[in-house]
Amino acid sequence: MLQPLDTITSKLLYAKWWKYLAIILLIYTIIAGFLVPVPRLHILNETIRNLYFHVTMWFGMLLTLLLSLIYSIIYLRTNNLKYDIIAEEAVKIAAFFGILGLITGMIWAQYTWGYWWNNDPRQTSAAVAVLIYFAYLILKNSMIDPEKSAKIGAVYNIFAFFAFLSLLYIVPRIADSLHPGSGGNSALGEFDLDSRMRMVFYPAILGWTFLGLWMASIRIRMRFIEEYLRFSENN
Amino acid sequence: MKYLIISLLTIFTSFSTFAQNNQAVEMADLFRSSGKIYVVVAVLVSIFIGLAILLVRNERKISQLEKEINYREQHS
Repeated sequence: MLQPLDTITSKLLYAKWWKYLAIILLIYTIIAGFLVPVPRLHILNETIRNLYFHVTMWFGMLLTLLLSLIYSIIYLRTNNLKYDIIAEEAVKIAAFFGILGLITGMIWAQYTWGYWWNNDPRQTSAAVAVLIYFAYLILKNSMIDPEKSAKIGAVYNIFAFFAFLSLLYIVPRIADSLHPGSGGNSALGEFDLDSRMRMVFYPAILGWTFLGLWMASIRIRMRFIEEYLRFSENN
Repeated sequence: MKYLIISLLTIFTSFSTFAQNNQAVEMADLFRSSGKIYVVVAVLVSIFIGLAILLVRNERKISQLEKEINYREQHS
């Protein structure tokens, strides 16, 4: 039988406030994202509003993976399989964010760079980062013994997180890329990301992340029920 | 003094050229001024609210299942 979770995790898992907060933040994102004035920039034109939808996917992926990393470490310390289930479902949502980020990035690239996929270092390293997490899911599901699968998965997840960080936040800054924030290309930083855009951008990150975690939490609770049924069947 | 005036003039003219450059960038101004942007926003918000309601209902359903499991555990 699975052991119970600690109070903080179970409170957050079953709490409703952050789920309703996600809905409110995302309605705000959709309304303000289309209506608040944005800087007038060449090439980007109105597509700069994709910042609230495309870039937030990657931030959502990062925050979800950070949570997954924390639960992998907690699993290794406690040996409670419930934490491993949380880590795995968080990675699934993160990979989902990653796929959406790649697709939206390709669409944006087609209209600003002229190619769906021009082997830009940013695109390639992002694709590799997503593949690392696909490998995690395949690795975990290739082992029948749940204890073994959980332990190897947790160790791999810790490795994968730092590979992800360097692939997404270091490699594109060293290489020359068309994507903002690399080579001689300035990031959407102090100059481009003005205060009006920040007012939408930060709530958008939180909103998308909370929405992803909400979907993950439903799957986590399904998995707990599944484990319970499996246990009661055996006894 | 002469240099100061000239340099100030160049600075101001450069500002005005910046402003012109900004105006030259093509944005969906007509779409906004005609109010049709609100149609798009309203459609997107409605679709999102629909999806959110679906998620809330999923959440309720899973809470019911959890309650039933808790009940069975206590009465077995």
